[in-house]
Amino acid sequence: MVPAIQIEQVSKNYGGIRALDAVSLTIGQGEFFGLLGPNGAGKTTLINVLAGLVLASSGSARVLGHDVVADYRSARRALGVVPQELVFDPFFTVREALVFQSGYFGLRDNRGWIEEVMHNLDLSDRATTNMRALSGGMKRRVLVAQALVHKPPVIVLDEPTAGVDVELRQALWQFIRRLNRDGHTIVLTTHYLEEAEALCGRIAMLKQGRIVALDSTQNLLRLHSGCYLELRLQPDRLPESLAALVTLRREGGYRLALRDYTEVESVIAGLRSAGIAIQELEVLQPDLEEIFVQIMHKA
Amino acid sequence: MNRDPKAGTGDLPITHYPSPITGFYTLFHKEWLRFWKVSVQTILAPILTVLLFLVVFAYSLSGRVEIFPGVDYAAFLVPGLAMMSVLQNAFANSSSSLMQSKMTGNIVFVLLPPFSHQEFFGAYLLAAIARGMVVGAGVFIATVWFVDLRLERPLWAAAFALAGSGVMGALGIIAGIHSDKVDELAAFQNFIILPLTFLSGVFYSIQSLPPLWQAASHLNPIFYMVDGFRYGFFGASDVSPWLSLAIVGGSFFALSFFTLWLLRSGYKLRH
Repeated sequence: MVPAIQIEQVSKNYGGIRALDAVSLTIGQGEFFGLLGPNGAGKTTLINVLAGLVLASSGSARVLGHDVVADYRSARRALGVVPQELVFDPFFTVREALVFQSGYFGLRDNRGWIEEVMHNLDLSDRATTNMRALSGGMKRRVLVAQALVHKPPVIVLDEPTAGVDVELRQALWQFIRRLNRDGHTIVLTTHYLEEAEALCGRIAMLKQGRIVALDSTQNLLRLHSGCYLELRLQPDRLPESLAALVTLRREGGYRLALRDYTEVESVIAGLRSAGIAIQELEVLQPDLEEIFVQIMHKA
Repeated sequence: MNRDPKAGTGDLPITHYPSPITGFYTLFHKEWLRFWKVSVQTILAPILTVLLFLVVFAYSLSGRVEIFPGVDYAAFLVPGLAMMSVLQNAFANSSSSLMQSKMTGNIVFVLLPPFSHQEFFGAYLLAAIARGMVVGAGVFIATVWFVDLRLERPLWAAAFALAGSGVMGALGIIAGIHSDKVDELAAFQNFIILPLTFLSGVFYSIQSLPPLWQAASHLNPIFYMVDGFRYGFFGASDVSPWLSLAIVGGSFFALSFFTLWLLRSGYKLRH
């Protein structure tokens, strides 16, 4: 099967700044893929290369097998992009904006699908409202709708929940999940790592224009298999031998970082030999955020 | 959101057959509506400006100046003023649309779809020409009631109006793409377009100028647009209408090729 997205050795230079450094990445059809990285890592540049908004200095990118430069018409028809910035055209209403966007992709008589997208994004009541009069959350919904009007098989969401309230965020993810179940490939960038952990099957992490981690979300969580031990002690002190493991000191408790579960036993033994009693003990799995921080520090 | 959780998202992939003509027409239609929705500002205001020029110049000089034999100064003035409006509004349409879209960021809505650079250029150009024509027609409708005007060669007038607004529409696309700030575009408008328009013989015949300024006027492409357009009304002009048509047509093709090259390169649009 042709990959939904295939990026080969893509680099992008802005003057002396290397925004992307030989990035290669393949995303299969139907995947829910996360693109993570700190600000300035190159996530948006990579998305813009795919969308044809940025011309790569070298390398190639394909959407469903269509080169984004040589075969840009097919590539762009296959791609729907929700941009990061909250942009809108103040001259038009919600429905006009969607009808125009659909027409730009060469589609006539697309009213049925436009109405369905508006319905699913709770925009039907605002169909005749001018874009200027919408709240930030509503404008974000319209941006999502605009990316979907031509029914693209591949959807890229560039931080779609930035500055969005919790209710809309959850509703948006419910809708995007359904699109993914229906066969759409989803590529997501987000600063909310718990979202990526909950939604994405695979994740790539970028730093300074390079991919520093690329694996399934499960593997990333498993490979970085360290764990945390949360303790409440009596008396409230740690022996010297364990002090180096402390990552967090809370009132009445400690959090220790362990390389793996086998170290739990030696910690308990150390406490016992020091005459310290354990009042509470909890073993915690690291989440994606902690793994993200670890990888970014190592890279 | 998701009021109907069973609602599907439709079959994949796209079920409609997409047509580039639909894309082109939609972009043109959007650009048309963009100025039509604010017609008080984009159509009525320029017409009012022309009427004010007409009142000030025509009535203060009427009877004292006769540029073409048997043609009243007010009648001489109207085609020039109309052409000035056509040209300025064609330029303003494409330049301000692109400039505003770039500044607000909504240019992505026309950069993400699969437009070729020719379709992009054609839609913006056609909308610029359309606005120029609407304003020009408005000027005639507003002045025809109190100025005795004859249109002897309408095809010549139409050819110059179309070619002239095409030149200015293309120039507006270049200015809109190139300008990153409002004052850059304003400088383009105030220091290039406005002086060239005012010094193009809108208010006078260049035959009345000293030889040096006559020669200088021949370097101004807008002079040929105004002179050729006026020929369509009176059958008289400062230079041969064929020469004017060749210069205006040549300018149009040269600017169009340059704009297409600019769009194809992605200059300031696709970084």
